[in-house]
Amino acid sequence: METLAALGDGFWIALTIQNLGLALTGCFLGTIIGALPGLGPSNGVAILIPLAFSLGLPATPALILLTSVYYGAMYGGRISSILLNIPGDEPALMTTLDGYPMARRGQAGEALAISGLASFVGAFFATWGLVFLAPQLVKLALLFGPAEYFALFTLAFATLGGLTSRNQAKSAFAAALGLGIAMIGVDGQTGVPRFTFGEVHFYDGIDFLVAIVGLFAISEVFLFLEHRGEGDKGGDGSKVKLGRIVPPLAMIRQTTGSMTRGTLIGFVAGVLPGAGASLGSFVAYSMEKRIADRKGTFGTGDPRGVAAPEAGNNAAAGGALVPMLALGVPGSGTTAVLLAMLLALNITPGPLLFQQNPDVVWGLIAALFIGNLMLLAMNLPLVGLFVRVLQIPPRFLMPAVAMISFVGIYGISGSTFDLKVMIAFGVMGWVLRKLDVPLVPVILGVLLGDQMEKNLRRAMTISDGDIWALFASPLSITLWSLAIIGFVLPPLVGRYFRPKIADTAKAEGADPD
Amino acid sequence: MDILVLTRRALVAGAFVAALPLATAFAFEPGNTECIAPANPGGGWDFTCRQVGKTLQDLKIIPGTMQVTNLAGGGGGVAFAEVVNKRNAENNLIVAASSATSTRLAQGAYPGNDMSQVRWLASVGADYGVIAVAKDSPINTLPELMEMIRKDPASVAIAGGSAVGGWDHLKVLIAAKAAGVEDVRTVKYVAFDGGGEAVTQLLAGSVQAFTGDASEAKGFVDSGDIKVIAVLAPERLAGDFAAFPTAREQGLDVIGANWRGFYVPGGMSDEAYDFWVKAIGTVYDSAEWKSIMAANGIAPLDLRGDDFQAFVKQSVDEIQALSKEIGLIK
Repeated sequence: METLAALGDGFWIALTIQNLGLALTGCFLGTIIGALPGLGPSNGVAILIPLAFSLGLPATPALILLTSVYYGAMYGGRISSILLNIPGDEPALMTTLDGYPMARRGQAGEALAISGLASFVGAFFATWGLVFLAPQLVKLALLFGPAEYFALFTLAFATLGGLTSRNQAKSAFAAALGLGIAMIGVDGQTGVPRFTFGEVHFYDGIDFLVAIVGLFAISEVFLFLEHRGEGDKGGDGSKVKLGRIVPPLAMIRQTTGSMTRGTLIGFVAGVLPGAGASLGSFVAYSMEKRIADRKGTFGTGDPRGVAAPEAGNNAAAGGALVPMLALGVPGSGTTAVLLAMLLALNITPGPLLFQQNPDVVWGLIAALFIGNLMLLAMNLPLVGLFVRVLQIPPRFLMPAVAMISFVGIYGISGSTFDLKVMIAFGVMGWVLRKLDVPLVPVILGVLLGDQMEKNLRRAMTISDGDIWALFASPLSITLWSLAIIGFVLPPLVGRYFRPKIADTAKAEGADPD
Repeated sequence: MDILVLTRRALVAGAFVAALPLATAFAFEPGNTECIAPANPGGGWDFTCRQVGKTLQDLKIIPGTMQVTNLAGGGGGVAFAEVVNKRNAENNLIVAASSATSTRLAQGAYPGNDMSQVRWLASVGADYGVIAVAKDSPINTLPELMEMIRKDPASVAIAGGSAVGGWDHLKVLIAAKAAGVEDVRTVKYVAFDGGGEAVTQLLAGSVQAFTGDASEAKGFVDSGDIKVIAVLAPERLAGDFAAFPTAREQGLDVIGANWRGFYVPGGMSDEAYDFWVKAIGTVYDSAEWKSIMAANGIAPLDLRGDDFQAFVKQSVDEIQALSKEIGLIK
């Protein structure tokens, strides 16, 4: 009850005209930032920090503006995933798998609406989780040492098989490629640069946003250049089916379970520092495929394959605020930026924040509820506008995609070197598409491989190289068991489904390649 | 308050500042000033740029706002190379730096660059190192911890926020050397992504000790979750940390200051350099900066111009010697 009273006070703080205006501005800017490839939530928040400073905002309004941008970007990332097969930011990666096929089938409207709804559900319940469970959840984060993190990432990779391609070998190759790319940079455990060729730009490794934009957006532009003039794709733009703007009730009912599971998984992943939204949406998708994909429709435009990762990544955004507020440890890149902002406003996040600055915490949480409602109200009607992107002839759309990619990537680091790396990834993406190698596992390798390796090395340093330290706690044993089940079960069970999967594969006109 | 009113006020204030003819006595007039933070938003360098930029603006030392550019990469090496190679003659540019910069310069981690290629401007404070253990740890003093390491290096894992060879690691090694640990290479150091993650792992019980900066530990010290066994400062810190003994008090002469400051392009004119030394000095002396320092656990370290240049030179030499000794560099 005390909590609810505090939350009530929070609403009192958040419900001023200025704060509502800031939340609305933040939500709108965030959605756009999220939708633009190359600009993710962390850049969005970073870009707006000077605005908060120059408006002279006190702590609570400044935080309301920036977290609205954060939540907005998590919503917006899905838009380009679904419409263009280009993830707007890294957590929206998994949404391409079913979202884009849905759009190709003329269900773009439904895909956007259902994913908007899933985003709302994920963020809404995650915010409640933040209200009631923050102190307890901190203890959960403390159960995870390096060995447990390593087991968690292994679980993620173990469930990768067959997720994104009909050809397991190609999936594995793509993941290995991603892992290899993740090795570039200075090795934190020895201080030795690896695969950097004496080039200082490689010392911090490859920024995965550069990899995503290169692999997805730039390779799309190359494909367009290759096929230009053939079959005049631009001409039928007006005939593209956009789908309904309101999802049918049956679809909502069908995806309810997916949203619930996605929310749970995403929230937990968000709470763990170092796991974050990408892992949340990824595990949400792969678990959902294991649980719900009885007919092999995942990957061909199944609404549940859109709902689960979107609920997952938005729930993770809420979850990531738990360690940030309660421990002062950022669970993701974006919360790292928010943390810096808090410090700049002379507020020290940490175990005492809830006691020392209750107005900031509860005002922020109330603003999250309000922002989330605003985002739902803003996103559903806008679906009709967003889908019109599909009607833009590629000869106009593709140059715009290229331009946004270049500006976005240059904006992150201010370095032309990253642009060259991006183009290199574009060429690589084009080649991989020609070879029918899925791109999603490459990014997952880059995203998760780095953390996976670091935690293995940490665990080994602590245990003096004793490999059994990896299986020493009940939690890590549980995670390993899940990983083994996830790895072994599908081929065994899959035998019964194989004919059906082969069928859908042939019928898969929606293959993005 | 209405947002419109706020915006208008900001605009009016901005116009006012812009219209002020800068009646400073310096021959150099700052124009569109810029501060490069050689890392992504959210880190210490970004903080230094933004806070100093904001204070410079509030004190009306510079016209308008200072633009903060995040030029990440290579642990600051990308920005260093950019300044040396492309922006060597700029007068309106300052770059945030810290002990991490001098550590990497000392270890040759910025290929082809060294500290003489830029001019070192001034420090704005220091974050002194702390060594801490969990609140229920049997260890209570730094000599006790070092004794455990000396007897059995494998029994103590120490977590820190920097990579191996980085400043958090070196601080422990300096302490171990002072405590008579013969082969400091046996000290078990586990690198995490930032001090926050390292402290969390101390609370989780994965490691036995934590090495980091006072500011990183502050939240956990206030809540009583960790026990600081030594502060690596010349004398006790002010405020919350006053209760904790220095390493010196415990008979180990170890000082680990993570200074924060700036360098400027090597080709900057003397007039501009003098302007910036005075400007940063004015910030340092201001009440605004004092309160920022207090709130963020930054301790005083006031070195300007030539003094700062000599200080950086000395710390680069020291780190070089230590890194050679432990085999990090040849």
